[in-house]
Amino acid sequence: MSAESLTANTESAPAAKRGFGNSAAMRMVKYMGLRLLTMMVTITIGVYLTILIANMGGYVDTIMRNEIRDSTTQAILANPQFRNLTPEAKQELIQKKIASEEKRRGLDKPFAIRSVNYLRNALTLNLGRAMYMTSDHGSKEVRLIILERLPATLLLAGTSQLLLFFGSIFIALSLSRKYGSWFDKLTIALSPTSAVPPWFYGIFLILIFAAILKILPFGGLVDVPPPENSFDYGLSVLKHLILPATSVIISAIFLSIYNWRTFFLIFSSEDYVEVAKAKGLPPRDVERRYILRPTLPTIITNFALLVIALWTGFTITETVFVWPGLGITIYRAIGAYDTPVIVGSTIIYAYLLALTVFLLDFVYALVDPRVKVGSESSQ
Amino acid sequence: MNAFKNTFRELLRYPSAIFGLVIIVFLLGVAVYALVSIPYSEAIRLWRGGEDVWYQNPKYAAPSWMNLFTKKKEPVSFKVGTFDGEMTKTITPASEEISSVEMIYAFDYNYDTFPQEMTLYFTTDYQTKLPFAAILWITPDGREIKITNTAVEKKTTYRVSQDLKLQKALRTEHVMEALFADPNSETPRPLKGQYQLVITGTTFESGSNMDAEFVFHGVLYGLAGTDKYRRDLFLPLLYGTPIALAFGLVAALSTAFLTMIIAAIGTWYGGWVDELIQRITEINLVLPFLAILIMVGTFYSRSIWLMLGITILLSIFGGAIKGYRAIFLQSKESSYIEAARAYGASNSRIIFTYLIPRMIPLLIPTLVSSVPGFVFLEASLAVLGLGDPVLPTWGKVINDAFADGALYQGRYYWVLEPAVLLMITGFGFAMLGFALDRIFNPRLRDI
Repeated sequence: MSAESLTANTESAPAAKRGFGNSAAMRMVKYMGLRLLTMMVTITIGVYLTILIANMGGYVDTIMRNEIRDSTTQAILANPQFRNLTPEAKQELIQKKIASEEKRRGLDKPFAIRSVNYLRNALTLNLGRAMYMTSDHGSKEVRLIILERLPATLLLAGTSQLLLFFGSIFIALSLSRKYGSWFDKLTIALSPTSAVPPWFYGIFLILIFAAILKILPFGGLVDVPPPENSFDYGLSVLKHLILPATSVIISAIFLSIYNWRTFFLIFSSEDYVEVAKAKGLPPRDVERRYILRPTLPTIITNFALLVIALWTGFTITETVFVWPGLGITIYRAIGAYDTPVIVGSTIIYAYLLALTVFLLDFVYALVDPRVKVGSESSQ
Repeated sequence: MNAFKNTFRELLRYPSAIFGLVIIVFLLGVAVYALVSIPYSEAIRLWRGGEDVWYQNPKYAAPSWMNLFTKKKEPVSFKVGTFDGEMTKTITPASEEISSVEMIYAFDYNYDTFPQEMTLYFTTDYQTKLPFAAILWITPDGREIKITNTAVEKKTTYRVSQDLKLQKALRTEHVMEALFADPNSETPRPLKGQYQLVITGTTFESGSNMDAEFVFHGVLYGLAGTDKYRRDLFLPLLYGTPIALAFGLVAALSTAFLTMIIAAIGTWYGGWVDELIQRITEINLVLPFLAILIMVGTFYSRSIWLMLGITILLSIFGGAIKGYRAIFLQSKESSYIEAARAYGASNSRIIFTYLIPRMIPLLIPTLVSSVPGFVFLEASLAVLGLGDPVLPTWGKVINDAFADGALYQGRYYWVLEPAVLLMITGFGFAMLGFALDRIFNPRLRDI
């Protein structure tokens, strides 16, 4: 589980110096403070890089300037009000309009300064307004655009990922109990199927259930037109959810089971488990206290990372199923050169990631008696 | 070498590994064949070519092997010509100047549905007097239908079903049905048997010549079918193989090795170098991988090689560094490293000849298992419309098919062919990687 390594940097934090004279609380505060600081620096750099890339190092400005010039010139030339003006006056008017429009979008300042402004706004979660995109309700607020798409993403990603997570742990536990059975072997044999991404299974599922059998819809969130009463509406959404969620689950389930199963098996071959079994403890107790307990940190880490991953959604799966979630929104934002939306979703993702990593340190200390926050021996 | 042999012998104990190896070897063979038979620039030219290159192919034709699975056999497209000798051509001089050119092509038609179109492409050679051609259609039951009599210019295209005179003569707009229908059947049904196309040309000058090409647009075409632009899908399917493998293997190899080298350098030097590498790794985690790839594709260039570079760049500082680091930290303390240090080995010597080689067995399973991810990444980008604009790739085919609503319209072959190839590739590498993981990872061996 490579995910473990994400949080494994406890040992490397510069703060992790053993303070002999300090009390445990002081040490912890100091450690956490430095940890927060490094994480803020990391986020700042990460987000700034994203801003640079999303603006193409300033090239998006050129696109915007050209666009402003075109549209302003068009608007003034086509406006009958200004028909009587001399060409010089018209030119002057055009230039004035362009300048004010550029000022409105902040294009009058050099990119270096604006990029820092963007960064400050992003870090303070002042997501600002989108350049071109609007939410379904017509708002240009990036916050509203993202919030509007969030439920769809959470529905798809949440349903599938939670089912996947708990389903695979549950099945893996029961498999590790009787490994070598044919079902166990089948899971191992099927685990390479996870080399294929979800959208790919999506194509096959669409083909079978939508195109040939015609029992499930090709894509979208609800029927068109959407049903009037909310019960039918929910039912329609569920019907649309089946295929995308199934494709996400299929593409990961076997590998996930295999990984957890191997993980549990490694732990169940430890000496203390053998001792517990020899003592005659019932298998349930052995499982709960001697296998699940020591593996809890890993399970929690994976769960936390899964929760963060929900946020980004499944860009391509959403595209294939025309599911109106965040993933497809980010993709469209990029296509429309809508930098604020791209940066907005990145910063939220970055914060969530940092917050999770930060919280995990605490949770580790709670569930794993070997981990002492701020001590060198934490790994 | 011996270690390699042993590994190989052990691999053969796993059926999935054998299966995976067979797939990979097969794909490599196809890739080599593709690169040898079609040069890179030629592949691009064909793929980018429009009607001028592909005019002889039908649109949206499913592959010919579809007939194996259906009860109703559908006509398969073909083309013949006097150039390649498949169409017989006999010239009989009638006088000094006038000579007649008879071109005959006979073919068996044993299908249950009607073809789409028949087209004749004439190429003639003359000074002032245009040659003349009479086209006759002979059905299996011996009926003779006059298709047209026409003067032929240097390059003439004659589309049978678009000839209004012929439509009038046959009293139907569906010329193909009229030409192929069984006259004794109530429902329109093609008459099976041998049809003959007889072109009697007359040239009126000495030295004047006439050649014809007969293109028959059935419903099916070739091994892979065609797409919206009449392109033979066999080209992208064949040529997509080396591209997919190159992308997957180059990305996997360079990511794995660069990651390991960076981890080794960081661990060996320690201090700020190590610190810096770890910070970069954390920053890299914050960066949205797919979004950056999409941005690069949208803003800068969709070239597959640029994408490959960005993918590698974003992947080398991945989470794997931490894992390698932990192992290097251990081996850094081992006695053979100490011995190397004692005899005065340089830093780079220790890193590259002592630290890294010991890690390669651990690296191989990860490397092999990461190939499918990269192969599919290329396809994913293509599905998002960010595929390489000039190269024929599997992902491009899927993207084209999606853009054209192939699944809604029942043109399943268009999506399925590249999809199956992608899947086979993914499974091949994943299976081999799994087996390798069990061989090199002793902890997994018994479980």
